[in-house]
Amino acid sequence: MTSSPARPRTGAVSTVSVASAPCPVVVLDADGNIAELNDAAGALLPAARVGQPLSFPAWLAAGRTRPVPVSGEVGDRSFSAQPSVLADGRTVWWLLDETAHRSAVAELAAERGRTRFLAEASAALLASLNLDRCMEVTARLATEHLADAALVISPTAGRSLPVVACDHRRELRRSTVSEAPESVPGLAEALRGFPPVPSRWIDPATAPDWLIPAGFGEVGSLVITPLPGLGVPAGALVLLRRAQQDAFTEAEESLAGLFAARAGAAMSAARLYAEQNSISETLMRELLPPTLRQVEGVEFAGGYRASRDTERIGGDFYDVHPPAEDSPETLVVLGDVAGKGLEAAVLTGKIRNTLHALLPMADDHARMLRLVNNAMRTSHHTRFATLVMASVRREEREVALRLTSAGHPAPLIIRRDGTVVEADTGGTLIGVLPAITSRTAQVRLAPGETCLLFTDGVTEARGGPLGDTMFGDQRLKRAAAECAGMPAQAVVERIQMVTSQWIGGGRHDDIAVLAITAPRGAHLSAVDGATRGRYTA
Amino acid sequence: MTGRITDIDDAPGRHRVGARLSAPHDEGTSGPWADKLWAAVRAGDEYAAVDVVTDALAAGLEPEAVLLDVIGAVQHKVGIEWAANRMSVADEHAATAINDRVIAVLPTRRPVSGRGRITVACVDQEWHALPARLVSETLRLRGWQVDYLGAQVPTAHLISHVHRTGPDAVCLSSSLPTRLPLAHSAITAVQAAGTPVMAGGLAFGTDGRYARLLGADAWAPDARAAGDRLAAGPLTRPTLAHQAIDDLPHLGDQEYTLVARSSTRLVRDTFQRLEQQLPAMRDYSDEQRERTAEDIAHIVGFLTAALYVDADEVFTGFLAWTAEVLTARRVPARSLLPCLDLLEEQLHDFPRARRILDAGRTELASRP
Repeated sequence: MTSSPARPRTGAVSTVSVASAPCPVVVLDADGNIAELNDAAGALLPAARVGQPLSFPAWLAAGRTRPVPVSGEVGDRSFSAQPSVLADGRTVWWLLDETAHRSAVAELAAERGRTRFLAEASAALLASLNLDRCMEVTARLATEHLADAALVISPTAGRSLPVVACDHRRELRRSTVSEAPESVPGLAEALRGFPPVPSRWIDPATAPDWLIPAGFGEVGSLVITPLPGLGVPAGALVLLRRAQQDAFTEAEESLAGLFAARAGAAMSAARLYAEQNSISETLMRELLPPTLRQVEGVEFAGGYRASRDTERIGGDFYDVHPPAEDSPETLVVLGDVAGKGLEAAVLTGKIRNTLHALLPMADDHARMLRLVNNAMRTSHHTRFATLVMASVRREEREVALRLTSAGHPAPLIIRRDGTVVEADTGGTLIGVLPAITSRTAQVRLAPGETCLLFTDGVTEARGGPLGDTMFGDQRLKRAAAECAGMPAQAVVERIQMVTSQWIGGGRHDDIAVLAITAPRGAHLSAVDGATRGRYTA
Repeated sequence: MTGRITDIDDAPGRHRVGARLSAPHDEGTSGPWADKLWAAVRAGDEYAAVDVVTDALAAGLEPEAVLLDVIGAVQHKVGIEWAANRMSVADEHAATAINDRVIAVLPTRRPVSGRGRITVACVDQEWHALPARLVSETLRLRGWQVDYLGAQVPTAHLISHVHRTGPDAVCLSSSLPTRLPLAHSAITAVQAAGTPVMAGGLAFGTDGRYARLLGADAWAPDARAAGDRLAAGPLTRPTLAHQAIDDLPHLGDQEYTLVARSSTRLVRDTFQRLEQQLPAMRDYSDEQRERTAEDIAHIVGFLTAALYVDADEVFTGFLAWTAEVLTARRVPARSLLPCLDLLEEQLHDFPRARRILDAGRTELASRP
């Protein structure tokens, strides 16, 4: 190419005439008078006359003094005027119709805004599986993006409607309204999942007072849209705009519908989660280890850690049964069912129930174990269990124990001077052999002494500073020796802590620990936390 | 190295964290009661301890003052006495158990309706529950409905609790900086569930710097401050879930990941090299050897935490504290130096780890 781009091409106008241009063209002379205009320009600007100054559209008339593109409206259309300066000082203004382009750009921006809002709404709604929180988030987002105030109403079997409102000051308020949903046009339908009633059909003046936040002023328009749930209606969303605001457009109502679909799904999921949770809570309550306390002047404390951190139950169990009419001693049971998780936990529940029923026979541990063994062998479960039983009786300042192990690690006796001995008990595990044997140990605890029951989750814990070392009996005995003279709760916490540190972040089995301690201060009655302690002389 | 540097997790000095000793509102009134409770706790007499608290309440001391200026003050003293080697591990556990028990003597209050619901929990693997307990009892006394989840709450449990109860905020307590990575994952998980987090405890720094670094929505230096902050207005609910690396872009260099993943091997290799270097170790008993390995594991643990938050002072602070504990037990703090040298040898490709180890060496150089 040899031509210089700086030099204007001559003869362009002569070869392509203004008249043949595919868009409106106006040629202005140096004084701003119209020198020439084509038919298209004539049709667009009917008042324009050759030889007269250009006065309309005003944006072009004002912009003509400088040859830079300008844009503006003519009637309901948008144009941009592009100038070409001719050698004789005249300027050709090409009027390009940009109506379609502009509306596409505006629509794109609006669409982006809607998408951003829906994405944000989904993220916020996904966060919580709590129904109340979901309702709050829904009301808040609707007020921020769709209306001046919003209410989320959840369906109910009762007579009053649970309502979360977010008012024009963005303040959230929860309430229950004792009104029939029929008092608001379209609400009953929305709560039953019928398609939304168009907002223009609803007269805002019919809205009852409870629907309108305090200090809101006159309601200009109202949208009631169902919150479709997962299979069942999740509630209704009410959007309010003040009188001075524009009414809801069709596009806004459809955006509200899209938002409502997401909010409804989130609220449904939350409701489902709550229902599932309450079912498993109810079922699990029976399987959770009990909270222990002082019984008849003897301290009991227990600690439990399931093998998986997401679970709270497993195959280890313990119970403390206080004395009753037929059983003068406190009976402590701690055991371990083969297996982990829920299935093992269900079996622990059965064994615990069986043992509870057999409490009146606790004076003869061997007999009780034989009965449990028979019960387990005849049930359809193929699992086996080990357990240790302790009958506990306070005698003066001391505590007398009868300890029997059925295939379980022998309890440790922690003396005041720090010596630790294994209780001399042993026996067959439960649920496998038709006949079982057991040997019961008699032990006395002086004040400050502890009998420690534990499952093999403690001794078989793997970890340590060098990794993959078994915790073992010796380490447990050393840890127990450090617990000489401690209250039961402190012993349990100490053993749990040492084991847990040994494991670090590694895998482990279920772990159960239970301490039976003769109190140090010789105390006559159990302290319930409200009365002053009384002491022996 | 020594037979025993320190059992950092036993360190009750760390108990004050999370509910550090608040400045008592009126020490003249609470001081004598704290002295009496200290005597009862030191004697291991739970019943006498219960009586002290009952009498203090009967004498008109505010329940919150009893909780924080009497019971809290005694727990604080337990930490000081342990660090100075005037209390054994058993004494310390017994004292803490008694303190925990006497809290039950305080009056129970019906939650003020509309005040709100708060969950209080210790970070996973955090055993020191008493500071969190002091916070939850303080909030209860001030009319909040409180769910106290106790020590070492796995994050999965915490989140399912948050979904179930929908609290206004979660108060997270952690005393040891080695739990900071776990604390961070708990904070981000709770926030992802749309709930704000207030962090507390010495792990987050005396000025709360790590609470801010890890994106907690609030931080409180002690139980009173926690109550005041919550009373001042609701914490802002987090809107968008984020990931750990958004708060800590330096994690992108993978130093933390690599050191954390190989920490057991790092401890083992350091232990073996130390054995070759120090002939005296060959005469150690098995127990002494295990303790030495545990000491190395603590050092690696704090180094890992320092890498996570990219702060030398997490490491140097641990060494300074350890040096004091060692000095109280007549062990020279410089005995830690060979271990730092060996770690630096093995981590020569990790510039941040080398920087932190250097800072640790400087910290120890000035000590006997």
